[in-house]
Amino acid sequence: MNNRAGIVAMSCACLLLVSCEREARRFQQPAPTAATPQAVPGSDIRAGAQPLTKATPNPAEQNAYAVAQGKRLFVWYNCVGCHAHGGGGSGPALMDDKWLYGAEPVNVYRTIVEGRPNGMPAFGTVIPESQVWQLVAYVRSMSGLLRPDVAPGRDDDLAAVPPESRREPAVPKTAK
Amino acid sequence: MSAIQDSLRPAGVQAAQIYDLWLLMLVVCTIVFAAVFGAFVMALWRAPRATERTAPDVAAISSQEPKSLLAVSIGLIVSAVGLIALIIASVLTDRALAALPLKDGLVIEVTARQWWWDIVYDDHEPSRIFRTANELHIPVGRPVVIKLKSSDVIHSFWVPNLHGKKDLIPGHTSLIQLRADQPGVYRGQCAEFCGHQHAKMAFLVIAHEPQDFERWAQSQRQPAKEPEGELQKRGREVFLSSPCIMCHRIDGTVAQGRQAPDLTHLASRRTIAAGTLPNTRGNLGGWILDPQSTKPGVMMPPVALAAADLQALLAYLESLH
Repeated sequence: MNNRAGIVAMSCACLLLVSCEREARRFQQPAPTAATPQAVPGSDIRAGAQPLTKATPNPAEQNAYAVAQGKRLFVWYNCVGCHAHGGGGSGPALMDDKWLYGAEPVNVYRTIVEGRPNGMPAFGTVIPESQVWQLVAYVRSMSGLLRPDVAPGRDDDLAAVPPESRREPAVPKTAK
Repeated sequence: MSAIQDSLRPAGVQAAQIYDLWLLMLVVCTIVFAAVFGAFVMALWRAPRATERTAPDVAAISSQEPKSLLAVSIGLIVSAVGLIALIIASVLTDRALAALPLKDGLVIEVTARQWWWDIVYDDHEPSRIFRTANELHIPVGRPVVIKLKSSDVIHSFWVPNLHGKKDLIPGHTSLIQLRADQPGVYRGQCAEFCGHQHAKMAFLVIAHEPQDFERWAQSQRQPAKEPEGELQKRGREVFLSSPCIMCHRIDGTVAQGRQAPDLTHLASRRTIAAGTLPNTRGNLGGWILDPQSTKPGVMMPPVALAAADLQALLAYLESLH
């Protein structure tokens, strides 16, 4: 009996640890280097080709604060100018299941850093690496690919769609 | 940075009224405190006492005290009169604060952001509108109408030497009217907890003689100075090709970000990082390379620059008078 209570208490304690990670705010980012980050492998990706699938985990995807920062930067850096709030405009929609250049964090990272044909600028020199990862996490949260407890739960403005945390995961299918 | 922040040294008519009210309340409350404390000490003094051999003589307090009704009535009346007098004084002060004549007022829009102040000087003529940050310059003797907005959470605008506090609410414009009557540099501070760096969200109010203010405003309306010499030119290139350009604005260049303080006339300001550090070359360099050490949580990311690039950038930023 006592043993069982102990196991329950231990499990609860483990859950607490999970929430610590989820809410941790890391202000002191490791000093970025001027060189292109080496953690992300290069690719010869182009529209219609098989996207890179080698998984590079996104450090920001387990952290609610980082995703919320990504959401803020998505407006600040005028991603909304072309992609709107995920519905798309002159840029493609980001909240659906179509991923022209792959849905893995590493693919989205490269899309932001290198730019893509037909209008997507390359932000590699002007957005610091840690912020790119925050944006990647937020972009993936738009189609429900993140854990619901990490994805943003509310908008600051009137919202036409449910918040990211309540969206059904849209299983990515890469365009053929 | 010899700025004062002291509500007991009023530099404007409204702060003087608030100060007078504060003095009245201090005097009344001191008298009440002294009276209550005196009564308490007297009660202790007169309390029945026991000696080693005898029990205390409780006869005096076991029967009703003579004239107790009179004493209670006097106490009630004095308290009521005192409180009502304070209410009247308070209402009169409030009315006097709102009665500041606003003819020929200067209109300034202040938007609070985590954790700095975005300041726009309004004008009927659009070309005369200009933007600055964390430093509010006002002319002495002329009323100023400040439109207060917030872009994220609730903040509060407080310059103790000039006026009381006023909250800045997201999605709502509030107004505060004030007038400085003495030239000087007054420190203002966010007075509503607004996140990690609430304490380092300060600003300076600099009250000038009217002609000095006009001179300052005219210089702020100019676009940024063109860089002189190779070093400054390279500094501008560094600014425009590094993360600075994503959020900051330098009028006269392609940098038009609105998410961070306007740097068009950065070198004319006394502090950086919303009153956190004096605006010196060393502080500016340290701030650019690692703002998170000075103000953990601030929205500005660390920017890695080669030493030569940093020196060029500092030379350029220091030329922006």
